Amino acid sequence: MSQKKQKTVLTKGLIHEAVLDSFKKLNPAVMIKNPVMFVVEVGFALTLVLSFMPGLFGDVGHNLSSYNLLVTFILFLTLLFANFAEAVAEGRGKAQAASLKQTQKDMKATRVDAEGQEEAINANLLHKGDVVIVRAGEIIPGDGEVIEGLASVDESAITGESAPVIKETGGDFSSVTGGTTVTSDWLKIEITSESGESFLDKMIALVEGASRQKTPNEIALNTLLISLTIIFMVVIVTLYPIALYSGVRIQISTLVALMVCLIPTTIGGLLSAIGIAGMDRVTRFNVIATSGKAVEACGDVDTMILDKTGTITYGNRMANAFIPVGRNSKSEVVNAAVRCSLSDSTPEGKSILKLAQEEGQDIPTGLKYESIEFTAQTRMSGADFENGESYRKGASDAICAYVIQQGGIIPADLEEHVNAVSKLGGTPLVVCRNQQIMGVIYFKDTIKEGLVDRFARLRQIGIKTIMCTGDNPLTAATIAQEAGVDGFIAESKPEDKIAVIKKEQAQGKVVAMTGDGTNDAPALAQANVGIAMNSGTIAAKEAANMVDLDSNPTKILDVVEIGKQLLITRGALTTFSIANDLAKYFAIIPAIFITAIPQLQVLNAMGLSTPSSAILSALIFNAIIIPCLIPLAMKGVHYKPMSSNRMLRHNMMIFGLGGILAPFIGIKLIDLGISPLLALLGI
Amino acid sequence: MIDILIVLGLFLVIAIPLGKYLYHITAKEKTFADPLFDRVDRFLFRLCGIKDEAMNWKQIAGALLLVNATMMILGFLILKVQEVLPFNPNGSTSMEGSLAFNTVISFMTNTNLQHYAGESALSNLSQMLVIVFLMFTSAASGLAVAMATMRGFSGKFSSLGNFYEDVIRILTRVLLPLSLLIGVILVSQGVIQNFSPTLTIQTLEGAYQNIAMGPVAALEAIKNLGTNGGGFFAANAAHPFENPSVVTNIIEMVSMMAIPGACVVAFGWMVRKNKRESWLKNQATVLFAVMGVLLIFSIVLISWSERSANPLTQGLNIQQAIGNMEGKEIRFGITHSSLFAAITTAFTTGAVNTMHDSLMPLSGLSTLLNMMLNLVFGGKGVGLINMLLYVLLTVFICGLMVGRTPEYLGKKIEAKETKLTALAIIIHPLLILAGTALAVVLSVGLSGISNPGSHGLSQILYEFASSAANNGSGFEGLIDNTAFWNIATGVVMVGGRYISIVIALAIAGSLSKKPVVSESIGTLQTNTMTFGGSLLMIIVIIAALTFLPVLVLGPISEHLMLFR
Repeated sequence: MSQKKQKTVLTKGLIHEAVLDSFKKLNPAVMIKNPVMFVVEVGFALTLVLSFMPGLFGDVGHNLSSYNLLVTFILFLTLLFANFAEAVAEGRGKAQAASLKQTQKDMKATRVDAEGQEEAINANLLHKGDVVIVRAGEIIPGDGEVIEGLASVDESAITGESAPVIKETGGDFSSVTGGTTVTSDWLKIEITSESGESFLDKMIALVEGASRQKTPNEIALNTLLISLTIIFMVVIVTLYPIALYSGVRIQISTLVALMVCLIPTTIGGLLSAIGIAGMDRVTRFNVIATSGKAVEACGDVDTMILDKTGTITYGNRMANAFIPVGRNSKSEVVNAAVRCSLSDSTPEGKSILKLAQEEGQDIPTGLKYESIEFTAQTRMSGADFENGESYRKGASDAICAYVIQQGGIIPADLEEHVNAVSKLGGTPLVVCRNQQIMGVIYFKDTIKEGLVDRFARLRQIGIKTIMCTGDNPLTAATIAQEAGVDGFIAESKPEDKIAVIKKEQAQGKVVAMTGDGTNDAPALAQANVGIAMNSGTIAAKEAANMVDLDSNPTKILDVVEIGKQLLITRGALTTFSIANDLAKYFAIIPAIFITAIPQLQVLNAMGLSTPSSAILSALIFNAIIIPCLIPLAMKGVHYKPMSSNRMLRHNMMIFGLGGILAPFIGIKLIDLGISPLLALLGI
Repeated sequence: MIDILIVLGLFLVIAIPLGKYLYHITAKEKTFADPLFDRVDRFLFRLCGIKDEAMNWKQIAGALLLVNATMMILGFLILKVQEVLPFNPNGSTSMEGSLAFNTVISFMTNTNLQHYAGESALSNLSQMLVIVFLMFTSAASGLAVAMATMRGFSGKFSSLGNFYEDVIRILTRVLLPLSLLIGVILVSQGVIQNFSPTLTIQTLEGAYQNIAMGPVAALEAIKNLGTNGGGFFAANAAHPFENPSVVTNIIEMVSMMAIPGACVVAFGWMVRKNKRESWLKNQATVLFAVMGVLLIFSIVLISWSERSANPLTQGLNIQQAIGNMEGKEIRFGITHSSLFAAITTAFTTGAVNTMHDSLMPLSGLSTLLNMMLNLVFGGKGVGLINMLLYVLLTVFICGLMVGRTPEYLGKKIEAKETKLTALAIIIHPLLILAGTALAVVLSVGLSGISNPGSHGLSQILYEFASSAANNGSGFEGLIDNTAFWNIATGVVMVGGRYISIVIALAIAGSLSKKPVVSESIGTLQTNTMTFGGSLLMIIVIIAALTFLPVLVLGPISEHLMLFR
């Protein structure tokens, strides 16, 4: 399921399967779920009967039987094309599901009972609460929490990401997913889902389309298409007696042809394919949506709540500069900074040493010291050396309090330097030796590449971005400005996120957010679109309506665009389908009545050769437009952010105006092609 | 040409301030006339026991149906016994059952299809108590529903309002005073208003002629103002006592247009975003423009096609240069007759000053199309409601193309609204086409046709289009006072009026309860030219082309055969 594998969209096998499926879907019991196409099928049955008994309803005409047979054949193709569109869309999911199922089928588990006895069983016999042990090379048999051990896990079966991740007990990296493989050491896992309800099961059901329910917008659109079908049926049914009054006996097969041309078969045939393909596009981004509704809601997003760290910035703060305060020299600060970071294994600590080396400072070795770990209470770390010197680094207020407590004084220019760093969007850490404040280390957080443009794009389509960060307001403001987000919440706590979401929702806005920690779960549930990171806790994943398998929070931006693209594609093909009717009227109506009222020739705007050729050309156009639009339905309409009014104008030009003009050209071309053939057949 | 511009100019000059006044009445904001009307209304409310209680959409629909049904029954009874009632100077006999059925429905539904000749079939009491009374109340009912619908769509009101209160306020503040004003002006221009019996005079040639008299001006005022259209006389506004001159013709046209136009303007005020919003950016401007385009198309088509003479009259001793004067009044000529025909069908009034049966085929097509669309301003309130239904349809179809689920005026359009909108949109073609199909297969239907072939089809089509759109005019060539036509059009009128009104109320009720979603640059803008163009496309493809097959068999064939 890696990105590369996904690119091979249509394999031979897939198409083969889809063709088979499109025949299977002809079953009326299946067809009735798509009422527009069901009407076509009824028409098909009617013309099929009339092909062999052309006089059944008293129709008369030259070579009527072969004409009816042609109509029947085209209707049959129309049905197959529509079925094929759906089958192709489903097929891609099925292939993914098959490989996942294979993983699931072969899974074995080693259950550990209360006494520590191990027992090998089949994975599908596991229950919630069972404890299993998984050793290197084995597959984790179900979703669970690590209760003992530390191991690296290869999650590529689910995420497609081959780099193993570390799983350990407690914290945000304790949840494991069934179907992933332990590559080193071992884990003791408490199973948290019943067999059949695991993440893997859900994912299989999802990509297979088994659990696909129609989204609210799809249901509404379907209702509309049915209503349009009814309107056109009224037109057709009443036309027969009215034409009789006017002295024209319209052949039943022609009436069926006119009806099939007028009812929205194009969108009717492609609607479910558009929906499935939309979900599929999300899946190919390695995001699992729990429902199509969630993808659709993405299109409506007004506000995005983004964590600064990890989403907007890379998150690992790097030492960028040493700033002396008071009368200290630069080298004194560097020296102090190095000494309090000798035992610091955090990325920040390492970056201090790295920067110091770059600045020409040697890293002393062999010194004896006692390292002081960072704790939530002291909010600083450092080391006490044998010679009695103690070095500390930490947040400005923590160090100041520490120094004052030791009887030291605060240099007058400290605050100025600290604020300067904050203003630049950096994080200032203050370094002290004993009771003397030495200087400030400037940590810089870098904004992810391309994000500034992305936010500008979002603003163009009216989406507001709000950044959440634990930083102080000054730092937050600088980063916010640099990244180009519309608002920020500094020093934010998890409950602040919920408050912001609720406030935005109260103004009628649709809110999206990403999160990973357990404390994000309530906010993920409150947001209209919540995307949890796969690396996150189970609680977060359950509360969200999407899970990002790559745990890349920036992806929320792509998902929103996919949601919009899905809706645009649906609207564009509906508009196109309806706009097509104009040309079809002008092909068929004169053709029907021209024998009785020769003056109607002026309405034959396309100059179609014969009445039969006109009707069949319109019908053929109506059929082949479906497979022609399958690629568009699958890929989605090209999406470029712009204001809604420009977007409407742009799409109306292509799909509205284009939808009016295209069939005029298409029908004329088909007429040119088929009229000699029809002449040979004597129709 | 200048006459057309004068009428359209007067329309704007009157509809815009009247629209603001209507808005003040709907929103219960202060108006200059409050000191007087408040007192009148308070008295009437106390008299009728009306309390200022909010009603939901079901209560409003229920009240509308109940009140209208009661009025229809009372009207029916009066028509059935008018023979023995007072104010019957000409001794008109009581009405036949199916005709009385058709007549009360016709006037209650604001249609005013008249399968009778007013001067001989109705007593003065019936004219006043049934006809004029129903003209006021049907107009007020339609307007009250429009007010409730507007409140629901705008989302600025806590409820849809109180139907009874709205009806009374519309009557006292709009219809009665304006009718009085128009009536007086009409009298000053020569329209009669008396209770005299029919006058019999000796003509210059020595023959005797009966000249019908009656309270014409009173009826004439509300007939046009309320987009009712039913004339005192069978000849309607072609009769010199109803419409004596070009001046009264203009007054009557403008009074037909005033309230339907004002409704759109009022809607604009209702949904105005803030005080700084310019009228160009207003939601109603687009609707007004789309309606205006369709109206001008109709005026141009009719005026142009009437200007060419009927080729069949060539060779007869008839001047071809003045155009098709058959069925027209000399005092109105081509311009005023064509304009009236376009306006009366666009604003679904149904008053006529020319014989529509004698219109050229393409003019007939245009009048038919106006009624088939039923949203080219349309009847008071109802035209706006129909337009809003098409707006919802457009928002749904085209709105998706901006990448958001559809919304209009800050309300999400979901499955429920789509279903209701679609249902309302099906009703109109169903009534017209099914009615026409029924008429052409039944001998009782066919026997009414006075011309065979395509013109006969147009006659039938016109009768049903007019009934379904609650217009009321006719291709009067049709012999329509038969049980079949009385009952069939009666049913179509009821369906055309109440089904779409109840559905519109249901949509308004549903929208009014929805939370308002916020608006951003990404939200579909429904106040732009682009949206107007999309709306026009949807109207043409779904509302107009639905009728293309029958129009081809009717007026289009007739035209092509005439000018072969």
